Amino acid sequence: MSKVRVLVGTRKGAFILTSDGKRETWEVSGPFFTGWEVYHLKGSPADPNRIYASQTSSWSGQVIQRSSDGGKTWETPGGGITTTPQGFPKGESNKFVYDTSAETGKPLTTHQFYDGTQHPWEFKRVWHLEPSLDDPDAVYAGVEDAALFLSTDGAHSWKELSGLRGHGTGPKWQPGAGGMCLHTILLDQKNRGRIYIAISAAGAFRSDDAGKTWRPINRGLKSQYIPDPTAEIGHCVHHIAMHPSRPDVLFMQKHWDVMRSDNGGDSWQEVSGNLPTDFGFVIDVHAHEPETIYVVPIKSDSEHFPLEGKLRVYRSRTGGNEWEALIKGLPQRDCYVNVLRDAMAVDSLDKCGVYFGTTGGQVYASADAGDSWTPIVRDLPSVVSVEVQTLP
Amino acid sequence: MIRVILPAHLRTLAHVEGEVELEIQGQVTQRSVLDALEARYPMLCGTIRDQVTQKRRPFLRFFACSEDLSHEPPDAALPKAVVNGTEPFLIIGAIAGG
Repeated sequence: MSKVRVLVGTRKGAFILTSDGKRETWEVSGPFFTGWEVYHLKGSPADPNRIYASQTSSWSGQVIQRSSDGGKTWETPGGGITTTPQGFPKGESNKFVYDTSAETGKPLTTHQFYDGTQHPWEFKRVWHLEPSLDDPDAVYAGVEDAALFLSTDGAHSWKELSGLRGHGTGPKWQPGAGGMCLHTILLDQKNRGRIYIAISAAGAFRSDDAGKTWRPINRGLKSQYIPDPTAEIGHCVHHIAMHPSRPDVLFMQKHWDVMRSDNGGDSWQEVSGNLPTDFGFVIDVHAHEPETIYVVPIKSDSEHFPLEGKLRVYRSRTGGNEWEALIKGLPQRDCYVNVLRDAMAVDSLDKCGVYFGTTGGQVYASADAGDSWTPIVRDLPSVVSVEVQTLP
Repeated sequence: MIRVILPAHLRTLAHVEGEVELEIQGQVTQRSVLDALEARYPMLCGTIRDQVTQKRRPFLRFFACSEDLSHEPPDAALPKAVVNGTEPFLIIGAIAGG
């Protein structure tokens, strides 16, 4: 029977929740990396036992962890204990060095700071890890300050894909309240050279040559909080989702507005439709129905909790515009949690399972595509990210 | 023998319990202590000082002999009591909570 493994990153460690295909009873393991913020964990599609985790803290910076046994044990790649100062390895799995131009050695570019001045890029943390579709040792990292890094040696070392920062609009990027982070990385299964990324607050970008060159894909986005609401750059994209079978169709939860693109991001249309509020962070797509999408509407940009204290997932079976509230099993009074951008995922069982975590420490699961919900756990630390692996 | 006391989270990361003892050739300074520490425990690289700039991470402090040595130059000699192992070199995480 199939199994499901839910990888949960929280403000104080990581947890792994496992169940069989029925998804009725769950085993909780962890916490792993206790006391550290775990922004993201994700398993390799090429080897589900290979999982990468971003472990970070304001005190001690960034650590990358890697498991090769499905999360039972972890190691810092290249960080083993040595007996002599000349020993190997080097401990560079958390060394994220921004590229500088070969000619001058100076920073490739600066970005706009909160006060409007130009500011050099400073590495703070890894927000998102996206393992390669084919190679367990290859993994992309989206970092703050916004940049994209790639490791091809199992996270021992990292190299920036600097064409993104260097393509020209970098000086116009600026941090949102949560920092200037590259939080979304989508790999196109059909066109292996195509990568989508999103940055708060710069917008969405696409590469068609495996990350060498990039272009902004923000036409159709309207953001009233920037001087030119339809500018090429400056939009606070919160998350983008894609169904693997239709990689040209993208769904976006923006700071405000739920958007859709049918041409790989070349243009976007709003599909907020009858949502009670179109602010939110997460968005995801049903595993088997490419036009079925999920969001969790949040009241506003300053009130990060559900409307009226009622936690409701909204589902559209029409790719947007027409939405239905899913409430069965979710708290419908006095609920003031948030659901952060990387905290929703789906499994690929039949029926499709949907999962999300809250800042109140609950992880909710639906084994029937959202019709009903059950908390797997209720009292974890604040949940930052949720990923799901469907295992044979 | 130089004695180093790590914050709890870094002891966990380095898989050590209690104090770390290091043999250091030459002058005993912040830099030489941290170089030896990171050489033996590579997973600590970047967690006490920045991987690139080698500056102390802002929320960590260096104490020894009841003194705050955090702002001393990295190549300044550490106190004799640290050098002869009478006193430990403490790496302390800033107090924060809520």
